Amino acid sequence: MLKIDNMTMKFGGVVAANKFNANIEKGEIVGLIGPNGAGKTTIFNVVTGVYKPTEGDIIFSPNEEEQIITGLRPDEIAKLGICRTFQNIRLFKQLSVLDNVFIGNHLRIKSNVFSSILRLPTYRKEEKEMLEKSIYLLEKVDLKDEMDEKAYSLPYGKQRRLEIARALATEPKLLLLDEPAAGMNPQETRELMGFIKDIKEEFDLTIFLIEHHMEVVMGICDRILVLDHGTLIAEGDPEYVQNDQRVVEAYLGVE
Amino acid sequence: MRDKMRENKKMSSLVILVVTLVLLFILNKTLDDYKLRILNLCGIYVTLGLSMNLINGFTGLFSLGHAGFMAIGAYTVAILTMPIPMKEMNFFMKPMVPFLSNIEWPFLPALLMGGILAGLFGFLIGAPVLRLTDDYLAIATLGFAEIIRVVFTNTQSITNGALGLKGIPNTTNVWWSWGIALITILFMEFLMKGSYGKAFKAIREDEIAARSMGISLFKHKVMSFTFGSFLAGIGGGLLAGLLGTIDPNMFRIVLTFNILLIVVLGGLGSIKGTTISAIIVTIMMEALRFLDESINIGSLHIEGIPGMRMVIFSVILMVAVVVKKEGLLKES
Repeated sequence: MLKIDNMTMKFGGVVAANKFNANIEKGEIVGLIGPNGAGKTTIFNVVTGVYKPTEGDIIFSPNEEEQIITGLRPDEIAKLGICRTFQNIRLFKQLSVLDNVFIGNHLRIKSNVFSSILRLPTYRKEEKEMLEKSIYLLEKVDLKDEMDEKAYSLPYGKQRRLEIARALATEPKLLLLDEPAAGMNPQETRELMGFIKDIKEEFDLTIFLIEHHMEVVMGICDRILVLDHGTLIAEGDPEYVQNDQRVVEAYLGVE
Repeated sequence: MRDKMRENKKMSSLVILVVTLVLLFILNKTLDDYKLRILNLCGIYVTLGLSMNLINGFTGLFSLGHAGFMAIGAYTVAILTMPIPMKEMNFFMKPMVPFLSNIEWPFLPALLMGGILAGLFGFLIGAPVLRLTDDYLAIATLGFAEIIRVVFTNTQSITNGALGLKGIPNTTNVWWSWGIALITILFMEFLMKGSYGKAFKAIREDEIAARSMGISLFKHKVMSFTFGSFLAGIGGGLLAGLLGTIDPNMFRIVLTFNILLIVVLGGLGSIKGTTISAIIVTIMMEALRFLDESINIGSLHIEGIPGMRMVIFSVILMVAVVVKKEGLLKES
């Protein structure tokens, strides 16, 4: 599904990611963990096209075909089927909850802007489908009752769920979640874990997530990548990673 | 319940439309020439205010190039509709280029041409300039408007330079100015209701999130900018048809700021607010003219200072920005 091939990202003298390699198979849930400042979000930004890597390639293969997506713009990458959420929630704050999800549908629109202004039947049909899909997704994340509220008025946990619904509206094949459980209480966190598994099955997703909650990471990930100072230090299933000497050192320090 | 609400909204929009048309009909019959002219100006400023709100308010692009696009529209309409003998009279310093001096178009195609040319320039300018953001974009578009003005001042054989053009047929009447204003309102309502309009708003709210959701920033910004400049060109054309005389100095920065005043007072991103504030500001501009003249209060004599009324607007604008950022007329 996604292959990160020997990717290096430098910001001036700072090496945020150093010869990073990863391979995510279709249908997997892969976790990316590491101490603060290890370069986790940088990797997400490179995959989604926010940054162009200094070296190396990103290869995306939603079907059998492999496609190099290094250097494409974020909107082009989103169209190919990679969508993300943000660590510091980025909703369209002044717009309604429904509009937020509705806008997520926009990239798949076939009608042009003139048929939208003239409200031609082809556009209206498309808009109706987009609306129905948005409402369905809102139902899925349990926000249907709040669909006419402004996005900023929602409490934190709901904003996170809305962001996931908006990302799902783009019909991604690979979903990147940047700390989906941040700021959630234990109850919400447990619900979130079930929810992630749910959407993975229903929408046939592959999920790549950054998380600090060990409960989430250990609970739902098939495989975990551990990053420290921009370098991959361990990779494997949750149990293996937990017992890896270097991981323990990275998190707790060396004696 | 949503459907019922929508039905109600449709009904009330229809009622407002009918009331407006009846009101225009009555006003058209009863008002004198001076007041009729103000009524026309109101309609034109509604179009201009909305066109600027599309760019600045809905898409969040801080553009100050409006006067330039209006100039393109106004000059196109003036040159295309002016009768041939009138052209000869105007161009006494230097004859007009032959392919323009022998044409006379009806008003509607000339007006559309004015809009299309302004839109084309919007597209061509927008492609490079919209890579800039915020104040950089404002400076670049401001510069563009000034360039247009200077070019029009110096192309003697096309625009008659600083002498301006006189004797443009007075075609703009209440039906033209308000007809176009109503069409513009509908255009904006439908555009913003649809998926493309919502994408514009998404760009205003958060560019990074918008592009991560697959919205091409460049395509949508250029689209909004082109529509806005098209409408500005139409507004400029109507203005030329109303005033009958235009010269390059009309299209100074001040004109852009007048429209910006309407947009800010009405509320960025509010169609209703812009419409109402366009009408109020245009009427006030005329009603406050007495401030420019000398005033006698009892024995106190205040010498007239031309431009005094603009001070009032500046104060209102400052208060609006400080007290209520989202515009005086925008509801909650």
